[in-house]
Amino acid sequence: MATEAHPAVHHAPQGFWRKYIFSTDHKVIGIQYYLLALVAVFVGMFLSLLMRFHLAWPTEEVPFFGAMTPEQYLALMTMHGTIMVFFVLTTAPQSGFGNYFLPIQIGAADMAFPVLNMLSFWLTFVAFLVLLAAFFVTGGAPISGWTGYAPLSALGEIAGPGLGLGQTLWVVSLAIFSGASLMGALNFITTTLDLRTRGMSLLRMPLTVWAWFITAILALLAFAVLLAAGLLLLLDRHAGTSFFIPGGLVVSDKQIPHTGGSPLLWQHLFWFFGHPEVYIAILPGMGVVSHILSCFSRKPIFGYKAMVLAMSAIAFLGLMVWGHHMFMSGMSPYSAFAFSLLTMSIGVPSAIKTFNWLGTLWGGRIQFTTAMLFATGFVSLFVTGGLSGIFLAQPTVDIYLHDTYFVVAHFHIIMGVAAIFGIFAGTYFWFPKMFGRFLNEGIGKVHFWLTFVGVYAIFMPMHFIALAGHPRRYADNTAVSFLEPMASVHYFMTIAAFITIGAQLLFLFNFFWGLWKGSKAEEINPWHATTLEWTVPSPPPHDNFAGHVPAVYRGPYEYSVPGAEKDFTPQHLPEPQAAAGDD
Amino acid sequence: MTARSATDGLELLELGHDDRGPAPPEGRERGDLRPPRIPQHAYLTGLVLALAGILMFFLALVSAFVVRKGLGGDWAATPVPGILWFNTAILVISSVTLERARRGLTAADDSGFRAWWGVTTALGVAFLAGQIVAWRQLAEAGVFLATNPSSSFFYVLTGAHGLHLLGGVLALAVVGLRGDPPEARLPRSTAARVAGVYWHFMGLLWVCVFLLLLLGQ
Repeated sequence: MATEAHPAVHHAPQGFWRKYIFSTDHKVIGIQYYLLALVAVFVGMFLSLLMRFHLAWPTEEVPFFGAMTPEQYLALMTMHGTIMVFFVLTTAPQSGFGNYFLPIQIGAADMAFPVLNMLSFWLTFVAFLVLLAAFFVTGGAPISGWTGYAPLSALGEIAGPGLGLGQTLWVVSLAIFSGASLMGALNFITTTLDLRTRGMSLLRMPLTVWAWFITAILALLAFAVLLAAGLLLLLDRHAGTSFFIPGGLVVSDKQIPHTGGSPLLWQHLFWFFGHPEVYIAILPGMGVVSHILSCFSRKPIFGYKAMVLAMSAIAFLGLMVWGHHMFMSGMSPYSAFAFSLLTMSIGVPSAIKTFNWLGTLWGGRIQFTTAMLFATGFVSLFVTGGLSGIFLAQPTVDIYLHDTYFVVAHFHIIMGVAAIFGIFAGTYFWFPKMFGRFLNEGIGKVHFWLTFVGVYAIFMPMHFIALAGHPRRYADNTAVSFLEPMASVHYFMTIAAFITIGAQLLFLFNFFWGLWKGSKAEEINPWHATTLEWTVPSPPPHDNFAGHVPAVYRGPYEYSVPGAEKDFTPQHLPEPQAAAGDD
Repeated sequence: MTARSATDGLELLELGHDDRGPAPPEGRERGDLRPPRIPQHAYLTGLVLALAGILMFFLALVSAFVVRKGLGGDWAATPVPGILWFNTAILVISSVTLERARRGLTAADDSGFRAWWGVTTALGVAFLAGQIVAWRQLAEAGVFLATNPSSSFFYVLTGAHGLHLLGGVLALAVVGLRGDPPEARLPRSTAARVAGVYWHFMGLLWVCVFLLLLLGQ
């Protein structure tokens, strides 16, 4: 436990470049990450609209695109997945909010290694540009999916459009992103371990901090493996090695000179990263949602320690279940059984979390702010997506469902949309702290309901067409006769996607309108919350606590303490003040 | 619910009486643009975490090695150049000289520190040169990166280790040349400790890689 962190006596740099661009201030870096994710999410959504349009009207020319070939459809799918998973779901909840609020919530003046922090962001930015460049090179973007399965991803341009330079840029982008994530993870963990202020013991940390901390540990272990896998893939592509390319392949009527490599080796390495990545995306959301549910239920979080243990268990088990992505690969049924059992056991800590969220809500004086709506929406989506996960965790069921829209529905709901709801909840909750102005609650509530109903309208029908045998990754559903009756469902999902994505323009408007015209956050603690970020001005000064070192005397969720005058007791209040309920 | 002004937060912070932190550390003034100092052990924490990441990176390569070898067929063991024994010895000795240098630092023997630290850095450079010689010998024997899966792993593992060790050599050089500026955020003793732990880890990692190449093929 570190208590000797010195007060920050450094002042904000005044020059534009040092202050806003190459800043080492964790708050600026957090906002930079957030804005990067905001750009990325709109690029990713635009790609999904192009795909959805094509699925609903396969013979029509797609607006802003033209006629779409199957290869182009796969390229859009690959880029949509890669952009969303890495540059949105990994970037905003962890690097964005985590950077901004982790140091403040533990009472630190900045991250442990501010220059490294800046480097992490700018490498992530470069990785994003490198990835987007794949659209503009000969052959276009890669078509091998966000999982980049070998040998398709390893063979080079002979295997199809986008598999030349486009695929190389994809691998390089992921390698850069991995390096940036490793540096970020190192910073998060060190900061949490060594820069906590006086009294901030581990079990007084807000659950958001626990979530970012555990996520950083996962990222440290997982991205190192992705980096190694990416290196081997690059060598297969450009140095003639045969790590992943099997012998005897004939591609485009040409015998491939590689020998003896194993595509399954890529799958193992990729999913050893890829499964923890799912938790890297969702764990920060769990932290944010716990934080917000407690605040707007005006109750302590139900089972704080159980929440910490459950998150740790989810992360720990998450490192050992990568094989459940590979039930179809011909793995030994014994291995599949072990992976299946471990996977389903994740249901236990997940259920603990869900029950604790409901327990927090139970009997609370619930305030349905927009942030609260999104937090409860997260719980709904987490349950829905989690339940379909139990289906897929069983090899016998997965063999039927694996290549269908069931998987698309599952991971979009649990990993995509739930995590996005966590981001929205955090945005509506923390916006006044970050920018000193509120987002409009009225627009926010319309945004919530359109999004909440919209995402269910998009993704629930996918379960049903999957049960009818609809394969995923098909660019043209009219080419196969048994899919024809499902065309109307595609039509419905596409309309739902247009409306839902249209609703995000409301959010975009609210965000930028709020930045300049939103009502001012006069109070420093408008939600009457308990953690340290609500004890500093909005936005906080450059060094967060204006030269002070805060001290902490209690846990993070002391709402409605019996005998206290007010229904919230901030963490920094010593006992005498707390007894009087004075803030 | 009471409305509070924007300065309430700072007042709140003062309620605890002892909430004001210690005076600014020596050598710093108000208006200092540099980030605040952090506890010195945080540098070691950061390094240990970096080593955990590096370890995972190499474990991924080694697991790929084991799996790829297990597929059999085209695997043919790559002969390990004899110079690697010599290089290994150099790296082990460099760990000893590094500790000797750190003892000089503890004893406030600046010239002793500089001399032994310089020797360690030179041994690091010698190791890297030796690795390049090993690659040249293999290349002359017609064993290249893509010759065989075994040789692919040989080059990948030694190359990845070499790059990490190059980082270590640069760190050693910086610590050795930098002196001990009093205003530095990272004092020389911490820098030497962190660089030293990294260096020992690279030595240990090399021994593991060498044993794998020697016995694991």
